[in-house]
Amino acid sequence: MSDVYVLGIDMMKFGRFPSMTVPELGARAALMALDDAGLTIMQMESMYCANLGQANGMVGQRILREIGQTGIPVVNCANACASGATAFREAWMSIKAGLFDLVLAVGVEQMGRGLLGGGGSNGISTEGLLGSGTMPAVFAEAGMEHSRKYGTSLEQFAKVSVKNHHHSTMNPKAMYQYETPLDTVMNAEMIAYPNTKLMCSVNVDGAAAAVLGSERKARELGLSRAVRVRASALTSDEWQERDLVMPDINTCTRSAAKKSYEMAGVGPRDLDLVELHDCFATAEILHYENLGLCRDGEGGKMIDAGDTVLGGRIPVNVSGGLLSKGHPLGATGIANIYEVSMHLRGEAGKRQVDGARMGLAHVFGLGSACAIHILERVTQ
Amino acid sequence: MSEKRATTGPLPVVPFLKIPDDGEAYLEGCLCTRCDAIFLGQRSVCSKCGARDQMETRRLSNEGTLYTYSIVHRSFPGVAVPYVSAIVDLEGGGTVKGNLIDVDPNPTKLAFGMPVRVTYKDALGRKDCDGNSYLSYFFQPRSQSPRGSR
Repeated sequence: MSDVYVLGIDMMKFGRFPSMTVPELGARAALMALDDAGLTIMQMESMYCANLGQANGMVGQRILREIGQTGIPVVNCANACASGATAFREAWMSIKAGLFDLVLAVGVEQMGRGLLGGGGSNGISTEGLLGSGTMPAVFAEAGMEHSRKYGTSLEQFAKVSVKNHHHSTMNPKAMYQYETPLDTVMNAEMIAYPNTKLMCSVNVDGAAAAVLGSERKARELGLSRAVRVRASALTSDEWQERDLVMPDINTCTRSAAKKSYEMAGVGPRDLDLVELHDCFATAEILHYENLGLCRDGEGGKMIDAGDTVLGGRIPVNVSGGLLSKGHPLGATGIANIYEVSMHLRGEAGKRQVDGARMGLAHVFGLGSACAIHILERVTQ
Repeated sequence: MSEKRATTGPLPVVPFLKIPDDGEAYLEGCLCTRCDAIFLGQRSVCSKCGARDQMETRRLSNEGTLYTYSIVHRSFPGVAVPYVSAIVDLEGGGTVKGNLIDVDPNPTKLAFGMPVRVTYKDALGRKDCDGNSYLSYFFQPRSQSPRGSR
C-alpha cells in the first residue's frame, strides 16, 4: 500500500487571543498550512477538524466559511487531548483508503484559565470530597504511582519542567520563552503534590493544521519538503483493575507505541526526537518508559542523565512541550506533528536536532485515547 | 435496584454507597463470576471479559491500603485545601478514590501501602439545590494490621 505524506504543516504562535473566534483561529492555521504546502483550499478534497470546547459547534464547517466553502466532507473530532492527532489520523486513513489525494486536518482550541477537570455529579460537587478530579491531581496520582514503584522524586519530576522550559527559549512559537531553574520549579506554588505550578501545562489558545497527501500527489507536487507518515496508531484503554477511579495513562500509550513501532518496522532506537504528551511534568517520565525510550524504572535516571535534552541521546519535547509551548487541547496533536516535521525538514532553527531522520509524536487524552505517529524525512 | 432509606435521612454521595434502614452504611460493588473483575456499584455487563448478567453483588471491605495519592493545594473556589486525594485498594478487591482525612497533608507523613479505614460522615455540609444533605465516605489511617498489607 502506498504511503501518506505531510505536504504542508504549520501552527500559530500559541498565546491568548480572546478577541478571535475559534473558527478564526482555525482558519489562520489552515491558511498557514495550505501556504506551506503551496496549495489552496480549492484543492482539498476533505477536512477533519479537532476541537473540544465547541465540540457540538460544527467548527470545521465554520472554518471553511472563513476560508472557502467548497462543499467537501467535513468531520469534527473530539477525543480529549488526542483530538488533533485523531483528526490527523482520520485524514491519513481517508487517503490510505484511496478515497482522497489531498486532505486538510485542523486542530484548534480557545482555553479559559485555571484548573481543568473536577466537578460534575448529580447532587453535589464531589471535588475535595471524594478526592480530586482536577487534572493536576489526577496526573500527580499517576506520578506518585511511579514514585511508589521506583522511588521517583519531586526533583526528578521537576527537572522535566526545567528541560522543557529551556527548550522553549529556542522556539519563537512557544507561549513562554524563559528559563526556569530547578529551585524555581520546585519552589513554585504547589498545585497538586508533586506538581507545582511550573510543572503544569499552560492553558493557551492556538491552532495547527496539516495538509496530507497521497504518494501519487506527493510525487506530482515534488517531495522536497514532504514528510512520510510511517505509522499511525490510536488506542483506548484496556480494562485495568483500578481504572474506574484512577485513569491509566500508561497502558494505552504502551499499546499504541507497540502498534506504531510494528507498523513502521522500527524501534525506539531508530528515533532522533520525540514530542510526547507532557501535560504535567509527572507524565513525561512515565512516557519515557511507555514509549520504550528507556527500560521500566529508568525514567528518573534518564532525566538525571540529561538524555532527553537537546543534544542528548534522544531529545524529548524540544518544542518546549505542553509545559512551556502551551496546550490548546484540540490543537496539541497537530502541533506535536508540526514540531517533528520541522526537524525532519531541517527547518527547526536554533533547536534543530542535527540530522533528524525519524521522529515520534505522542498525545494522550484522558478518558482515554492515545495517538502516536511516526514520521520520516524523505531522502532524495 | 430499589434503594431503601429513611425519607428524612441523608442521600448517598454516590450510588455505590448504601445506607440501609437498619445498620451501618457500606460500599457496594459487584464481582464478575466469570473473570473475577470487581466493579463499584451495580452493572450487568463486565467491561473486562464482556460477560452479560454474570455479576454478583458484593459488600466491599471497610479496610484497605493507600495505593497512591496527591496532596491538593489548589482547587476550585470554596473547596478547603490542602487535602489528600487518595486512591485506596480495599481488602478483598475494589479500588476507591476519596479524601484521606485525620492525617497531616505532608508527603513525609504519608506512606504507600499505609493501612486505612473507610469511614462515613456528612459530606462536608454540602447540600443540593433541594436542600438535601448527603452521606459521604472518607479514609482515615488505621493501625497496621498484623497481616501487613504491602
